[in-house]
Amino acid sequence: MKQIGLVVNPIAGLGGRVGLKGSDGAHIQQRAFELGAIPHATDRAVEALKYLLSMKNDLDILTYPGSMGEIAAKQAGFSPFVMGQSIYEHTTAEDTKRAVNELMNKDLSLLMFAGGDGTARDIYSAGGSEIPTVGVPAGVKIHSAVYAIHPRAAGELALAYLHGETVLNNTEVMDIDEEEFRQGRVSAKLYGFLKVPYLQRFVQGAKSASPKSLSSTLEGIAKDLFERMCPDTMYIIGPGSSTQLITEHMGMKKNLLGVDAYLNGRMIASDTNESTLIELLTNYPAAEIIVTPIGGQGCIFGRGNQQISPAVIRAVGKTRIYIISTPEKLQAFKGRPLWVDTGDYALDKALCGYYPIITGYKEYVMYKVTS
Amino acid sequence: MANNKTVYPYIPNSEPNIKAQMLKEVNANSVNELYSDIPAQLRFKGQLNLPAPFTSEYALRRHVEKILEKNKTTKQYLNFLGAGCYQHHVPAVCDEINSRGEFLTAYAGEPYDDHGRFQSLFEYTSMMAELLEMDVVNVPTYDGFQAAATALRMACRITNRNKVMLPETIGRDLLSKIRDFLKFDIEIIMVKHNPLTGGIDLHHLKELITSEIAAVFFENPSYLGFLELKGTEITEMAHSHGAICIVNVDPISLGVLEPPIQYGADIVVGDIQPLGMHMLYGGGQAGFIASRDEEKYVMQYPSRLFGIVPTRVKGEYGFGDVAYDRTSFAKREEGNEWVGTASALWGITAGVYLALMGPQGMKEIGEGILYRSQYAKQEMSKLENVNDGVFQAPQFKEFIVNFDKTGRTVAEINQALLGKGIFGGKDLSREFPWLGESALYCFTEVHTKEDIDLLVSAMREVLA
Amino acid sequence: MNNITAERFTDGKPNLRRFHQACWDEPIIFELGQPGQRAILVPEVEEGIKSQVRDPFKGIPDSLLRKDPPELPEMSQPAVLRHYVHLSQETLGVDCNIDVGQGTCTMKYSPKINDQLARMDELTELHPLQDESTVQGILEVFWRFEQILKEISGLDRFTLQPGAGSAAIYTNASIIRAYHASRGEIDKRDEIITTIFSHPSDAACAKVAGFKVITIYPDEDGYPDLEALKAALSERTAGLLITNPEDTGIYNPKIAEFTRLVHAAGGLCSYDQANANGILGITRAREAGFDLCHFNLHKTFSTPHGCGGPAVGATGVTKELIPFLPVPLVDFDGSNYFLNYDLPNSIGKIRPFYGVAPAVLKAYAWVMALGAAGLREVAEIAVLNNNYLLHKILSIRGASAPYAEGKHRIEQVRYSWEKLYEETGVHSDELGIRAADFGVHYWTSHHPYVVPEPCTLEPTESYSKEELDEYAAIIENVANEAYANPDLVKNAPYNSTVHTINHHPLDDPQEWCITWRAYKRKTQQVTV
Repeated sequence: MKQIGLVVNPIAGLGGRVGLKGSDGAHIQQRAFELGAIPHATDRAVEALKYLLSMKNDLDILTYPGSMGEIAAKQAGFSPFVMGQSIYEHTTAEDTKRAVNELMNKDLSLLMFAGGDGTARDIYSAGGSEIPTVGVPAGVKIHSAVYAIHPRAAGELALAYLHGETVLNNTEVMDIDEEEFRQGRVSAKLYGFLKVPYLQRFVQGAKSASPKSLSSTLEGIAKDLFERMCPDTMYIIGPGSSTQLITEHMGMKKNLLGVDAYLNGRMIASDTNESTLIELLTNYPAAEIIVTPIGGQGCIFGRGNQQISPAVIRAVGKTRIYIISTPEKLQAFKGRPLWVDTGDYALDKALCGYYPIITGYKEYVMYKVTS
Repeated sequence: MANNKTVYPYIPNSEPNIKAQMLKEVNANSVNELYSDIPAQLRFKGQLNLPAPFTSEYALRRHVEKILEKNKTTKQYLNFLGAGCYQHHVPAVCDEINSRGEFLTAYAGEPYDDHGRFQSLFEYTSMMAELLEMDVVNVPTYDGFQAAATALRMACRITNRNKVMLPETIGRDLLSKIRDFLKFDIEIIMVKHNPLTGGIDLHHLKELITSEIAAVFFENPSYLGFLELKGTEITEMAHSHGAICIVNVDPISLGVLEPPIQYGADIVVGDIQPLGMHMLYGGGQAGFIASRDEEKYVMQYPSRLFGIVPTRVKGEYGFGDVAYDRTSFAKREEGNEWVGTASALWGITAGVYLALMGPQGMKEIGEGILYRSQYAKQEMSKLENVNDGVFQAPQFKEFIVNFDKTGRTVAEINQALLGKGIFGGKDLSREFPWLGESALYCFTEVHTKEDIDLLVSAMREVLA
Repeated sequence: MNNITAERFTDGKPNLRRFHQACWDEPIIFELGQPGQRAILVPEVEEGIKSQVRDPFKGIPDSLLRKDPPELPEMSQPAVLRHYVHLSQETLGVDCNIDVGQGTCTMKYSPKINDQLARMDELTELHPLQDESTVQGILEVFWRFEQILKEISGLDRFTLQPGAGSAAIYTNASIIRAYHASRGEIDKRDEIITTIFSHPSDAACAKVAGFKVITIYPDEDGYPDLEALKAALSERTAGLLITNPEDTGIYNPKIAEFTRLVHAAGGLCSYDQANANGILGITRAREAGFDLCHFNLHKTFSTPHGCGGPAVGATGVTKELIPFLPVPLVDFDGSNYFLNYDLPNSIGKIRPFYGVAPAVLKAYAWVMALGAAGLREVAEIAVLNNNYLLHKILSIRGASAPYAEGKHRIEQVRYSWEKLYEETGVHSDELGIRAADFGVHYWTSHHPYVVPEPCTLEPTESYSKEELDEYAAIIENVANEAYANPDLVKNAPYNSTVHTINHHPLDDPQEWCITWRAYKRKTQQVTV
């Protein structure tokens, strides 16, 4: 008997249909209802849950009352265990967090959630990175790679995970800062990571994922980088699960969320900031930057690695920037260019061009980066 | 180009009315419009300068037959050539099955519409597995040379080392292939042979072997025909240094000879041409690679490996690719080497052959071959100045005959034998100068006593 | 009595076939036969030999003699035949189905006359080491076919030695390496450029040949990105390995610019002509600026696919690269054909002997039946058939053909069922498997799936308009089923030889069974 948790953020997706951006913040929600928005996170959750019906007899769904999951589970044909009491009509982030916190205490195989970027952030801050999660996209501006591409895909992914056919990937949780976005300045933070199952068929169509292939790819990238490393050169390595795994393959520790600096095979700055990097650069002017596209949208600089600031980038120089990526991640962009958003418009323009992205040992993809 | 009004039997829509109808449906006035993406300067002007065609099937047949009939075959001449391609009897059922249209023209369907293809290849690998007593056998690669070269690379990947050892008695063609396939990143070290037996010189092997060696490779029987008598010692030495032992075998010998796994081989390779393929002027080759069922070995195969699995219907079984991810189909350049079209139909044929022969047939054919090659050796030893015992080791179907004492070259002798309707053994004099004027003679179950006596008496006449 | 033919139509349109594939529930061969049965007897050894030799095993140490007989099946001859005929019936080759679904494989008709000619004793009973005077016929066939390929490609010499397409690509990569090595530049030039829509072997073989591989993605229109190529070129460039048209069926009109730029950087250009079927006599390797090329004889040149070989990957080069070709070449001195080993800078042998002779013969005979005008017709009809099918497939709900919108394609198209997936949850490979219930097949794409939910169809010139209509009708039917009843499609096939296979054991080392003996061991089967 497997237990899965289900959390639906019933407000998610509210703003988009009526032309508002996002639905965090009570006043936006109110405006959306005034304009006649109908929450559809529940519908999306139902679409995904239907995929699990084949396991109905072996599955217990733990969820929250009413529109926080109970309705969706029942509509999909399950008899869920409902925790907590019925609450307000309009839920808040606090409700989501509280729900997730409670669920963390249960012995869950998987946590499914339906919502938007805000919901993913709430899941993470409630400790959701401890267990496998599958996100059903329902929000307007899905920037997090933790969401499946489509509610159906989320359902397939959950089913495959429960059948033991997937591997888990640390996947970035981002959030566009809503206020800044509405004021026209766009900047996203890297909040954390959730463990999301990875099924090759959505990327490659093969029948099942193999843990070996992913790690052997990363090993290959690590080997390629390792062979290029020079003594007395500082390596500034950006955040991300790929960079973490690769750095560890090279025998060095790495922070998942932060920028770290290395010299002669040892870490010399951990989870560092812009000013420390600038200082280090004066001591070690021969430096290289290693980054990977962050989040689901393909950003190289400016999402989650702002510590590698325009000043740092200028000091290192465009030709000493290395981008790494597994071929699967790259291929998911379907040929759309990667991009940079350092905040320095002139620098962004200068950084445009083609980069040989390291995708394996002696394997590169000449990929376009724009601003 | 002018409208081609000819209607071609192989091209159903070349009929002008059909063509016109189809053009209308794609909104084009002529086929030329469909090539609009090709820049004018790249368009070939005029027609290719090719020979005039034979449009009727009858004329085509006459033309091709006329050319092929210039050949003299091993049915017209008595053939004692071997050296990697062998004249064995091809059972009628083998030819029947590999000329069936479904097997002949299938390619890459799913395990549903091509279930028969998967099953017949699974059965081939399974029968080879019994012959070799190993649990993993690949869907065939191009030929025995590729099997050997790939096995050497596999050993390097498995051990993470980049040096391999080969006996200096391997054929120069195989050595050439291995050199081309390995030269970029793997060092080849040649090991001397024992002048008495031909086998690997154990002293030299001991001298050269280190813990940087990925693989020790030898053949049993050797390209030069003799059996390697020190297999156990060689594999032990390899293993004590952490190296993998690869042995190349002649599969048709395995009804009477011990499979190399029994004396310590880790990977066994070879060519299945003797198992039901005509010689085809060298076109009947196909390679096999076999190993134990260990993940670290399996994951290094570049070829397809078929596994048997249950379907959703109880009691029903189907097939699929094992660990598909390791191949270049799944991972492009990150896969192992590459995988592509190779020699599948010959694999199916070899399966038919082994099923026809069964354990008893394989025993009898091996025994019969030994009888005949022994007899031939004994008869040859009666010839003056002819040395049939260059190496003091038993052979399977081939052995070296040395003519130094006769004062004649192999080329001259073979020319003379040709005049008597005989294809003499392969001239080794350029390949192995240190063997002098030597030829490699091959005897199989196709040779009668009469055939062998005829060879010996012809040789006697030629040398007189 | 009713009108049989009329009943095959409903509202003027032909009905789909009530197809069911042969399903023999055939045991694995090891489950057949009885101990002691024989299917063939071997030639007996004459008394004269036996009495003289006496012990055939004399001199062979015990340790080398087989202890336990191999556990091969023991059957009668008709039983073996029947078993394999059953398996053959459970396989769909070009000879039995509308095989337009195997895009990039060029599943065209392999004329039976050619198969018969290749079964003549004058080919099957030739030993490759026979004196050259006795094999003038087959050498002539090799030589003549080489001249044909020279004309078709515009290049200067060909070898027929490589054992299929990937072997040919490897040969080309090896020649490129040898060329740069001969100029002392191999340490400097270690990069090969290819595209994501070229065959995976273009990347894989380059890597085995010791190169770094730089892959280029398409631009928004689906052509290989020229700017990316420019960025990838440097003094480290050894060469370009590219297909054109690519596996999407799109011809890159800037190909001459690509080759010019690679040459300017000092690299060589190798043309993977696996997709040559639509351009025979239309455009050539030489004029596009290539130094090397290869053709798959089992694709464009009609030799049968054989379930995956044997085959030939004919490799051609310009004059400058002839010294590096594998040996031997087949030459003609005016009166005799001979094997020429005199290439001191040759890369050596790619395989034993000279190539798969029956494939060379079949390809030669195929060209000789068609001639230049016939080859032209092959290309034109292949392209017409493809665009006709494109037109029909695009009218199916949920289908699209990404890139080059509104433009014609050459000989194949890579479609996408992304819209259908989004609307129904049915994946492309599931559609393809349901198609097996109607007696056809289709192939999605090589990996990775740059085109989402892909489907690659290549009609070739061998199928009639009616067959193309039938194929399109089947695909339309299956697509409509996906909308109406997705579960029906997802649980297919129903009319094939077996039902949905369970893939899990195939990736689990504890469970995979690559041979019958492994299967018995892992399931601890007891022989009955």
